[in-house]
Amino acid sequence: MRSKIISIGGILFGLIIGWYVFPYALYRNNQQPLQFSHIAHTGEKGGMACEDCHSTNSEGRFQGIPAIAKCAECHSSPIGESKNEKRMVEDYITPNKEIPWFVYSRQPDNAFFSHAPHVKLGGLKCEECHGQHGSSEFLRTQQTNRISGYSRDIWGANISGFSSNSWEGMKMSKCVRCHGDNGRRDGCIECHK
Amino acid sequence: MMETMTDKKFKYGMVIDLDKCNGCGACAVACAVENNVPPAVEKMNKRNGITWMNISTVSNKEQFPKSESVFVPMFCQQCEKETPCMTVCPQNAVDVDPTTGIVGQIPQRCLGCRYCMTACPYHARYFNWWDPEWTEGMKQQLNPDVAPRMRGVVEKCNFCHGRLHAAKQKAASQGNREIDPAEYIPACVESCPNKAITFGDLIDETTAVAQLAKSENTFRFLSRLGTEPKVHYHSEKKWVREMTEKTLTRTHAANGLAQEEIHG
Repeated sequence: MRSKIISIGGILFGLIIGWYVFPYALYRNNQQPLQFSHIAHTGEKGGMACEDCHSTNSEGRFQGIPAIAKCAECHSSPIGESKNEKRMVEDYITPNKEIPWFVYSRQPDNAFFSHAPHVKLGGLKCEECHGQHGSSEFLRTQQTNRISGYSRDIWGANISGFSSNSWEGMKMSKCVRCHGDNGRRDGCIECHK
Repeated sequence: MMETMTDKKFKYGMVIDLDKCNGCGACAVACAVENNVPPAVEKMNKRNGITWMNISTVSNKEQFPKSESVFVPMFCQQCEKETPCMTVCPQNAVDVDPTTGIVGQIPQRCLGCRYCMTACPYHARYFNWWDPEWTEGMKQQLNPDVAPRMRGVVEKCNFCHGRLHAAKQKAASQGNREIDPAEYIPACVESCPNKAITFGDLIDETTAVAQLAKSENTFRFLSRLGTEPKVHYHSEKKWVREMTEKTLTRTHAANGLAQEEIHG
């Protein structure tokens, strides 16, 4: 009886450490410098599409988070009363300083991913990989792995490795699976630089 | 979902006209800049510096006035068959790309055992004994299309695959599945002032490189090994074409690498 309690207790202790304490210690929580509401822009009021801000240039390179100049096109002076709005104009737009966002989906240096073939040729929707980010009301805390410096979103939200939605996790295994399902046979340098 | 895509097959290769090469070293510099190879210290050797493009001088060992010499740019020869480095790699860090034929080195997978360096008949692989170092100003001009390597891994020429990526994504953004051949030219080819290097698809018989590769005075280094390199050399001089059949001494390494012997 006693040995049973010890062993079950040990397993529980291990699980707690592995499930909660270790991730807590491993990831650094980064609060975004400003709160940004996607839905305010993409919803009925704003009516913007993803591509209006997140565009590709003539070389086919994805431009990522838009530069402050893009925000300034509409927000040269504060629209509305919100505190964030005021801070954005005063701290970033007026001095023409870029906002140091923490990127959820930044891949490691050695991974080559291009939006153009996936979106233009493959016909993938933004939501396929980025989920409901475009209709989110606020920016959640971004978590960075203290050792590798990579975003936790790359690994996926669930530590057990299971994901129920297509946008959870952006690991290589996922790329490989989708490429394989679509009949591609790629070498390493297809996606590594 | 994405429709099924089967890419057209390419076999990228090169022909280097040794009669046109004057050993200026522009290719080596362009290669280093393109591929984020850190600048070398003065009089570097394989222990403290890296160059993917190694230019050596080979002489015919005759007395004046018969003496002649030739510059040989030596880099990854992109072996097609029994690729020695790929065969020995315990990490699958080297593979031959099925659609382009490029022998790809993935340094992030490499564990640094250096079997591939031993296996490579061309000594075209380099080991990072130290972390790369750039001066502050040079960090600003790093190429974002190529990942820098770290201490403890092997690297080599990948036929400027960063440029292939760029060409592919440009084509894709315009809705094309195939790249414009003019968009994908490795840095060494582009920089050569004498246009000594021809690059392109070896499968397509109409390309200049495919025709040159088949021409009479084109040869490959250590062809008797049967690895079928995709980098060819061309020379009108007989002794140059036969030099890999003999044991030759590099009399002087043009870019300062340690003197070595090529055993042929």
